[in-house]
Amino acid sequence: MDIRVDTVRKEFSHYPALNDVSLDIRSSELIALLGPSGSGKTTLLRLIAGLEMPTAGRIFFGDEDASSKTVQERNVGFVFQAYALFRNMTVLDNISFGLKVRPRSTRPPKAEIRRRAMELLDLVQLSGLEKRFPQQLSGGQRQRVALARALAIEPRVLLLDEPFGALDAQVRKELRKWLREIHDRTGHTTVFVTHDQEEALELADRLVVMSQGKIEQVGTPDDVYDRPNSPFVFSFIGESSSMPVTVENHELWVGGRAIGLPAPNDAVGEANLFFRPHDVELVEDGAALAGVVAASRRVGGTRRVELEIGGNPNRVEIDLPFDHPAGEKTRIAFRPKRWRVFPQA
Amino acid sequence: MAGAPRGASRNPSHPARAGWSFVKPSVIPGFGLTFGYTILYLSLIVLIPIAGLFLKAATTPLEQIIKIATSPRTLKALEVSFGSSLIAALVNVVFGIIVAWVLVRYKFPGRRLLDAIVDLPFALPTAVAGIALSTLYAPKGWVGSLFSDKGPLWQWWHGQTWLPFGLSEFSLNFKIAYTPTGIVIALIFIGLPFVVRTVQPVLEEFEQELEEAAATLGANRWQTITSVILPRLTPALLTGFALAFARAVGEYGSVIFIAGNLPNISEIAPVLIVIKLEEFDQAGAAVIAGIMLVIAFVMLLVINLIQAWARRRFGNV
Repeated sequence: MDIRVDTVRKEFSHYPALNDVSLDIRSSELIALLGPSGSGKTTLLRLIAGLEMPTAGRIFFGDEDASSKTVQERNVGFVFQAYALFRNMTVLDNISFGLKVRPRSTRPPKAEIRRRAMELLDLVQLSGLEKRFPQQLSGGQRQRVALARALAIEPRVLLLDEPFGALDAQVRKELRKWLREIHDRTGHTTVFVTHDQEEALELADRLVVMSQGKIEQVGTPDDVYDRPNSPFVFSFIGESSSMPVTVENHELWVGGRAIGLPAPNDAVGEANLFFRPHDVELVEDGAALAGVVAASRRVGGTRRVELEIGGNPNRVEIDLPFDHPAGEKTRIAFRPKRWRVFPQA
Repeated sequence: MAGAPRGASRNPSHPARAGWSFVKPSVIPGFGLTFGYTILYLSLIVLIPIAGLFLKAATTPLEQIIKIATSPRTLKALEVSFGSSLIAALVNVVFGIIVAWVLVRYKFPGRRLLDAIVDLPFALPTAVAGIALSTLYAPKGWVGSLFSDKGPLWQWWHGQTWLPFGLSEFSLNFKIAYTPTGIVIALIFIGLPFVVRTVQPVLEEFEQELEEAAATLGANRWQTITSVILPRLTPALLTGFALAFARAVGEYGSVIFIAGNLPNISEIAPVLIVIKLEEFDQAGAAVIAGIMLVIAFVMLLVINLIQAWARRRFGNV
């Protein structure tokens, strides 16, 4: 099921939580809404579900305008961060709830409901736990029950709100892989919200990076990581270092010296240079960024070096292999291999 | 020490099994003092007076006890007492949920005032409540007159031409004060705060995500209320019900003003006890009081058992 969000705006007591957001979600796609808290990602998810109504704009499920439909009519599967399982019901009753509440005309017979619930229990690898109550399960198991419950209604779209946010790191990684498998097997259009970029980069077919109620960039994980289109995306996704530079004569300058990087276009003036700390090469001679080592510490397999460049108090970080001889030096010259320049706002 | 750790207690992974003990290790000592105080306090205030009551009742010959217990007037008084308490507590459960819901879920001007008003039945002398209610619900009172003979309700009913023959002949004429209905109203009044105050905190903690989850799964409002919200309130509702019921069984002050206290019609057991005492029939009073205590104790015990079951079933809230 394609989903089209068409210039949707949402205001909470005159404060715009979402500002004219448009987004196309393709059928069977696993898409992540990523952003810091307050960026509007959860609001967008809840608008798609129908748990909130947009102030303006429309949401289409396929060709059908879903904006005026209630949550119940939209037939979406929603998974909450805190699981939201019904604790007065067993695992089996939780999963079959969505089928049991259907009006008699569309409700499958009892045996069929049970069969489907057991099948889903098997899919989420919890067979044998159908008689347990939610409070007798671990966090990871609860979230799997919640997912099975959402899948039971054969939703047109599966929406997950920070589904692994309440779990510890180990379980989170496991469930992440497992969610990908389930998605590939069932082929539901899936939208999930996260503030964990690693989760988004690993899991999603496409990322939607959001900030302050707006979409900053939409693209594949590689796209967004390699070609961020704004300073926000560059610094939000992955590690980044940045420093002020001057653009002149089709070259970048720092403190009156060319640093050996060509300017991307004809624009001149003050700008910010962004690059990944690990994506640099050390140079012995020629134009480069040269700085005094201000601090250096080992982080796992790499050494992170903080440099002061041209007397600028804002230090720039680069990563070296931990046993690289340059780690012992007091002065390092380097050039970023890939970089972006954004004009100063 | 000779008889120190034995058996399972030697296993270092189960230090807690070292032996059964009254006290769990805690940073705050004082088990002896607090437990002793509890026993003393309960004895002086509750156990000794009740034991005295049963001793007094026990001095009466058995035939005498049976005779008092099975006399029609006693049976009727007990029926009125427990029957109206039960009805009042049930009414309080239904309306208590609604009041608690309104207080928790909606923000409206005067909410805090309304919240405070709920506690008034606790503070008001019950006699004052009884007098106020009987004035209001008497046949000539503001509310009572609406329902009385030839009152507005009667007029409206007899103005309905569409009613089938027979129904319109049925005279719609309710007397509230000085009947068992009046007793129920007084008992509803004094029991109101219990259900509201027990349900309110549970509703406040209720995750609205549960309602949203039910809605996304296709449940309509009614299904959400009956299968998601009410089960979560059940333990609190039972507590509120038990408290309101217990309070109603023991109520005296407000009922005597509104009930009319007609023997075999609107006479509650506590009134009968007072009458016995005024007739210097202390044994009779003790016997009736003893029966009341036993019935109330059994009912509260049953409610407690249901509650323990509900807590296991629906999770501790």
